Amino acid sequence: MQRKLSLNQQDALIGFGLILPSLLIILGISLQPILSTLFLSFFESSRGINVERIFVGLGNYTALLSDPVFWVTIGRTMYFTLVSVGLELVLGLAIAQLIHSHPPGWQFLRTSLIIPWAVPTIVNGTMWRWIYNADYGALNGLLVQLGIIDKYIPWLTKPDVAMNLVILADIWHSVPFIALILQAALATLPADLEEAAAVDGANALQRFLLIRLPLLRPAILVALVIRTVEAFRVFDIIYVITNGGPAFGTVTISYLTYLETFSFGNLGRGSALSFLISLFTLIMAFIYIRVLYRPEETQ
Amino acid sequence: MKRPLRTLLQVILVIPVVLFIYLPVAWLIISSISTRSELLSTPIHWIPQQPTFENYIDILAPGQGTSEVAKTFRITLWNSLLVASSVTFIALTLGSLASYALIRLRFPFRQTMLIGILGTRMIPEISLVIPLYLFATRFGLFNSPLILIITYLSFALPFAIWLMAAFFNTIPVELEDAARIDGCNRIETLFRIILPISAPGLVSTGLFVFLTAWDEFFFALILTSTVSAKTVPVAIAEFTGRYVVDVGGMMTGGVLAAIPPVILSLIFQRYIVSGLTAGAVKG
Repeated sequence: MQRKLSLNQQDALIGFGLILPSLLIILGISLQPILSTLFLSFFESSRGINVERIFVGLGNYTALLSDPVFWVTIGRTMYFTLVSVGLELVLGLAIAQLIHSHPPGWQFLRTSLIIPWAVPTIVNGTMWRWIYNADYGALNGLLVQLGIIDKYIPWLTKPDVAMNLVILADIWHSVPFIALILQAALATLPADLEEAAAVDGANALQRFLLIRLPLLRPAILVALVIRTVEAFRVFDIIYVITNGGPAFGTVTISYLTYLETFSFGNLGRGSALSFLISLFTLIMAFIYIRVLYRPEETQ
Repeated sequence: MKRPLRTLLQVILVIPVVLFIYLPVAWLIISSISTRSELLSTPIHWIPQQPTFENYIDILAPGQGTSEVAKTFRITLWNSLLVASSVTFIALTLGSLASYALIRLRFPFRQTMLIGILGTRMIPEISLVIPLYLFATRFGLFNSPLILIITYLSFALPFAIWLMAAFFNTIPVELEDAARIDGCNRIETLFRIILPISAPGLVSTGLFVFLTAWDEFFFALILTSTVSAKTVPVAIAEFTGRYVVDVGGMMTGGVLAAIPPVILSLIFQRYIVSGLTAGAVKG
């Protein structure tokens, strides 16, 4: 005799049924590969992964941690992350404030912000590489015509200049993202708090620092965490604008992983590197979920 | 501050922002309609004297003398469209069902699964690509649109589940209770009540997934090698290697690759901001 399932049991059954396809896909293309990457990171396979595989334990990790190139690359990646995210936050907040003050044409400005955000990363990089071109680029053309420089400069031949120009391209793409998030948050803030403070004699700076900024904190934190994770693993835009050059001067940690794995064929070492990137990302993801995901909403 | 002075100050601040947004785009578009000799001239020709749409015609309506490059763009645009649409369709279908279950049904390990799925969304592509590459070569999927569709789901599916979860959270439970009192079971409630009123959430999630897939570069770079599977970002990136060869053609490819995401984002702009706030990231 078939026992009739209780409503809760039915729910559980339907729930598993609905979730199963997604779960299998995620297990197959995310969980299995990441574990596999961890596994490969314990081996050395300089002659190709299918030819030879020598177990080296944590060898790849200790080799990396004692390699100056690794630390230089980490430093460079940190520079890129801190400078680009820092500037993006300041500019994004400024633009959000500007929109919030409803200047003439503020709706046009808000709509315009969507364009740099929507342009694909590779197109963005290609566009800026052409602007920075040494012989025919718009940057040289503009600066010469304005009389700021008197002859064309090969911008991308100096590592630190090249890195800062990559950051400029990244800023063009990402400031709109932060500005859009923050202006949406600003629009939801209650006006009466600041009005009350103004009545009590607080000046504009005090109102901004003591009332508006604390209220914006959650939105700022969300934008900050998302951008930090993205910036730390930057790859696409560097690949297009500088190709890691000049003289490996713009190689970031993701780019180094790419080179180790696909140019030098050190799959084990590449796996170790990429696992370290994952580790960093997961720490950030933990913060991200704590910030964004509020369990009480789903109860 | 006096009103006119305040307005003047605002305008002084707005102008540089608008210029910074539009000047690079304007230059991209101008470069795409300039002749080669004008592009390679000093001093620079800001406004092309002989604007030409030849590059666009070459890519969109190839004829006898069409260059290899233009043909490549045409095919890769098509590959991008195929991959991004398939990924969007699969992620939206499977993701919304999973998301509904995770948000509204009670079963063991629900919370753990939800957090786990959100966590996989954060795994960088570079940490998955080596095993996926080995998998692709072993099963003859290397350089096929199919392997891109499969691998793109690694970010698209958790992403869709996440965004739909944020949306399902806003639908009142009372609505479902009412449907069940009227005699609908869970599945009927889902398909007759919940999904129809979730149309805005589905549109916005679909938009974000499509944009992310269209933007994707790394998997496509590693897992494809010829035009039979290459996507448009890979075609454009390869071009930059062999520079100044055909800047006009390359810029045209860039404009054409940017048009679908820009137009879609402008049409659905009210979904973008709410989606961004819910944690949508396009890279």
